[in-house]
Amino acid sequence: MRLTLGPMLYNWPADRWSDFYARIADEAPVDRVIIGEVVCSKRLPFYQNQIPEAVERLQRGGKEVVLASLGLVTLPRERKMLAELAESGLPVEVNDLTMLRYLAPGTHFTVGPLVNVYNEGTLGFLAGRGATTVCLPPELSFASVAALAAAGAQLGIEIEVWAFGRVPLAISGRCYHARLAGLAKDSCQFVCDADPDGLAVETLDGQPFLAVNGVQTVSDCWANLAGDLAPLSEAGVGSLRLSPHTGDMTEVARLFRAAADFRIDPDEAIAGLAALAPERRFSNGFLFAQAGAEWTH
Amino acid sequence: MNGPALELVCPAGTPAALRAAVDAGAHTVYCGFADETNARNFPGLNFSRDEMAAGAAYAHRAGSKLLVAINTFPRAGAEAIWHHAVADARAAGADAVILADLGLLAYAAEHQPGLRRHLSVQAAAANADAIMFYAETFGVKRVVLPRVLSVEEIAAINRDIDVETEVFVFGGLCVMAEGRCSLSSYATGRSPNMNGACSPASHVVYTEEQGELVSRLGNFTIHKVPKDAPAPYPTLCKGCFSAGGQTGHVFEDPISLDAAELIPRLAKAGVTALKIEGRQRSRAYVSAVVKSFRRATDAIAAGRPVPVSELAHLTEGQSSTLGAYRKAWR
Repeated sequence: MRLTLGPMLYNWPADRWSDFYARIADEAPVDRVIIGEVVCSKRLPFYQNQIPEAVERLQRGGKEVVLASLGLVTLPRERKMLAELAESGLPVEVNDLTMLRYLAPGTHFTVGPLVNVYNEGTLGFLAGRGATTVCLPPELSFASVAALAAAGAQLGIEIEVWAFGRVPLAISGRCYHARLAGLAKDSCQFVCDADPDGLAVETLDGQPFLAVNGVQTVSDCWANLAGDLAPLSEAGVGSLRLSPHTGDMTEVARLFRAAADFRIDPDEAIAGLAALAPERRFSNGFLFAQAGAEWTH
Repeated sequence: MNGPALELVCPAGTPAALRAAVDAGAHTVYCGFADETNARNFPGLNFSRDEMAAGAAYAHRAGSKLLVAINTFPRAGAEAIWHHAVADARAAGADAVILADLGLLAYAAEHQPGLRRHLSVQAAAANADAIMFYAETFGVKRVVLPRVLSVEEIAAINRDIDVETEVFVFGGLCVMAEGRCSLSSYATGRSPNMNGACSPASHVVYTEEQGELVSRLGNFTIHKVPKDAPAPYPTLCKGCFSAGGQTGHVFEDPISLDAAELIPRLAKAGVTALKIEGRQRSRAYVSAVVKSFRRATDAIAAGRPVPVSELAHLTEGQSSTLGAYRKAWR
């Protein structure tokens, strides 16, 4: 199985952003890196000028680079962003179907987990439009993943699953970081930059539940499929998506590489991931058709 | 001067509600089959095949139209269930089907080309490019707009597209982009996209703890209220949580949409149809809401001011909001 580093979903300062991708380029054993803004178009100007250098360094490091497109497109300037992405000369990940209207017929593209690919018919449609890799919605169960991996094999599409990191659960027109700060989205003062893994949302019992990331809501738990790689591999899943977070993502990638090559067993992989950030809770419930927050290992 | 005629699209969760909506003046009624193919898949709700055919006949006799919502995302390995629903909607005499899934749109366009296709709000087509993608690719004739847009944005979209738009004006309010939310399945394993139900009653538990009524969804507390106070249903995104040192409704207050006062502006924005949410509601509610909104659309058509005051009581004491139609909501 290949490893894909998903796009940075959180608002990191530009220098930290560049340092992160430099280390990934030089050290992380990932095959593909998706880079660019998915969550909020207002964040892009802060690091836009640093993208070319990061792309070049990642390519020098032997990584396939794909440009991320925005996950919820409403504004005219956001449509312009998509038009510019289509002209970039690099492959693009579609995260909102709006992007399809900007890709010339016959252009190959990848599909991110915010696009609703639940069945063979949708996969077939996207294959016909030029999709090469599809990262499935994280809420799919193993039965659906297996059925889609089988269909993907027929269609020549690589199937990817969300294997590590807080799970994107919802996207909204409203910015929750701004709302919590008593601000409107249009004058948000970029308060989301204080939370590089998202801002924790707890229940009234003090139980960790979700996290807000601007207009996006993610899970409290870090998805972790390191213990489930044998059945996924057997089902024909071709790629694992690791979502960038604080902490040692290079080591996360090394552990997943070793686990996917079956050089370490699931217990060792999970123990290694837990040791990197003992305060984080893991989940894999979606895969077992349970509540997504559940953890079975 | 008379305004444009606005089509009033009304919910019906049961044959009785359908008759009530038609009798109250609904131009159009929308329904679903009693299974996982529609986004209000609740126990005791929705239509058998025979009921759908009878409902279509009832609507047509009154000069109303019937739409069938087949707007969940078909399960891998079981797409035939959704394909049959499209064929059965046509056989029942539906005037259009409301679809969200790419694969199902492709299927309907190929196998039922004569059956009019509307794009469900569950597809969350939030800009003119996305809408034209669906129009050009699948021959979609009308798009139900997601509840993330302001009136100004809706007007701009209508200038750039050549298909009809339908907007929600009353009822439940998703704060997330519809069809792109897995909050419910994160807590319960069941989601609107897969199962046609958000925050399902089967996973709700009420307990009394230290003088408070606690409502939980799955393993998570969504509300706590004093035990004699009315307890809101624990819809996940309307829950009370703590974040950033504050406790409150982090995502949205337990509130419903009432955009009645915006009807004249929505008409000017080029909207074709106004949609009322609530297939899970009683026929008395449906009847009252439809009558009120029909007076509003008749007023617009006649060039008279909309009688806003009549509509206010329908929120039944709940707070209401203009939602994203007012830009500051964001």
